[in-house]
Amino acid sequence: MALVGESARIVTREEVTRSITGSKRHIGGMLFVIGTVVALMGTLVVLFALIAQLVTQAWPVITDRGVGFLTDGLSSRPSTIGVWPGLYGSFAIGIIVLIVAIPLGVAAAVYLEEYAPPTKVTRFIVINIRNLAGVPAVIYGVLGLTIFVGWLKPVTSGRTILAAGLAVAVLVLPIVIITSTEAIRAVPGGLREAGYGIGATKWEVVRDHVLPYAAPGILTGIVLSLARALGEAAPLILVGAITGLLPETSLNGPFTALPMLVYSWSGRPSAGTEVDWANVAAAAGLTLVVLVLLFNAAAIVMRNHFERKRNGL
Amino acid sequence: MNILDLSGDKRRLRRDARMQAALRTAALVSVVISALILFVLVRGAIDFLTKIDLGQLVDSGWYPRRDRFGLSTIFVGSVIVGGIAMLVAVPFGLGTAVYLAEYAPSRVRSVVKPIIEILAGIPSVVVGYFALRFIAPEVVGRLFDPTQPRNMLVAGIGIGILVVPIMAAVSEDALRAVPSSLREASYGVGGRRSTTVIRIVLPAAVSGIVAATIIAASRAIGETMVATMAGGLDGSGPFSANPLEPGLTMTAAMTNAAGGSDQVQAGAPFLVLFFTGLLLFTVTMGLNIVGDRFVRRVREKY
Repeated sequence: MALVGESARIVTREEVTRSITGSKRHIGGMLFVIGTVVALMGTLVVLFALIAQLVTQAWPVITDRGVGFLTDGLSSRPSTIGVWPGLYGSFAIGIIVLIVAIPLGVAAAVYLEEYAPPTKVTRFIVINIRNLAGVPAVIYGVLGLTIFVGWLKPVTSGRTILAAGLAVAVLVLPIVIITSTEAIRAVPGGLREAGYGIGATKWEVVRDHVLPYAAPGILTGIVLSLARALGEAAPLILVGAITGLLPETSLNGPFTALPMLVYSWSGRPSAGTEVDWANVAAAAGLTLVVLVLLFNAAAIVMRNHFERKRNGL
Repeated sequence: MNILDLSGDKRRLRRDARMQAALRTAALVSVVISALILFVLVRGAIDFLTKIDLGQLVDSGWYPRRDRFGLSTIFVGSVIVGGIAMLVAVPFGLGTAVYLAEYAPSRVRSVVKPIIEILAGIPSVVVGYFALRFIAPEVVGRLFDPTQPRNMLVAGIGIGILVVPIMAAVSEDALRAVPSSLREASYGVGGRRSTTVIRIVLPAAVSGIVAATIIAASRAIGETMVATMAGGLDGSGPFSANPLEPGLTMTAAMTNAAGGSDQVQAGAPFLVLFFTGLLLFTVTMGLNIVGDRFVRRVREKY
């Protein structure tokens, strides 16, 4: 029989191993893995270079000026300039976002998750919100310029921090809605049913059970949207933030914000001084990065804290 | 006791209805915002088009103050800058995603992921600063010796850095959505890890990767600050398709149109802001809708 004839051939152990595992080296596969590692390393190196550039350039400002850089006002010379008006502006924008976008966003999320019937209209609203999240920031600037600076001039008095804050609030609204929706969706259905079971109305269930349970997730989303709001510069340019001199910080006059200062100072030609525009731009950028990272870190710590607490219950 | 005693207290029911109406209003605000965006852009664009001669749109070069609005200049500028950004973002983002999803030990992942998230949180003005003060002199300046330190290549690389995290995050989600049974089947017939990733996992995740690329492209086209800071032109310039020359993107043209804030807000050099905005809105929205469709395809498949 042919079968016997073939099996009669002496097969070495090595031969069998090789035919199962394949040859040891596989150049293409190795190159592929190396490629992915290089991509990752490249990304990390870029981040490292960015931080290193910021810190080394900002260093003269940090050692020379210290806290004074944070508390001084704008000036025409990089050696005496400070970011206080920018901090003030960014802080005010953050407050406006908190007041406007957060309640509106959370309310919309509650409606979409808890109340909305599964109709075409609801689907349209959801798709619309997703699309809004993808609209470039500069478009929100055009919207802010037309509506908040133009149409609502009696309320905002034109190119003011109120107009800028409202534009940024509209910009982060879709993000607040999306993150809150996700947090509310994660609330177990049993919690709601228990509420309905004892005769609570929908609103009572939402207020007393759904929102408290979803609060950590919603809060995390809020902090992340604030971080986003803090770093946006494009809408502020269109709404008309000032980059030159600013006599005083006020809510209803000319304004600036931290990212605007980074933008403006980065491009200025050298003043020939020891602490130059490049240095103060880096210092302002570093301030901005530190603030944004603090917000992001707060969001992560908060999420972990609440998760642990909940699991402990 | 009858059934009426069991039905709710009228006041509570009324309150429930009031809250429902209020919450619905909040949800509808987003629709109002979309409608307003469209209205503002379209109205301004029409205003602009009635103020100019349509022939001015096909002029070469972008000189708003001299009434020359060569659309090809800013459109090609956006495509070149966006294209360079994607040449940076796709290999780095996708490579990072493949490593994190398929190879990284969980300890490496738990360290690297937050670091990538830090990169995602860096504001675009800071990346703009980095492009201007580091990429321009130290990378592009040394490698290519361009005529101007600020040019489309610098802006493109900067925007590429900015969208790497999005590319990585969306692709990683797509790779993770591939069921492990597919990988195990491949291992079962003797497939190597790399063979499995290249021939099984990547093809299975292809819609998600396409989605990631499209979403990243939309962000790259819409990115404003880096293009404004590093593109090299302050609001006007000649047509150029050479990445080593200064260029103007649609977004940079917009910030510059609005930038000279004290100008008359009725002339064509200002109104072009809305026309360019409508163009940008249409392009990014088109990309987002296509990208979304691919994301949904991933979800339906697995």
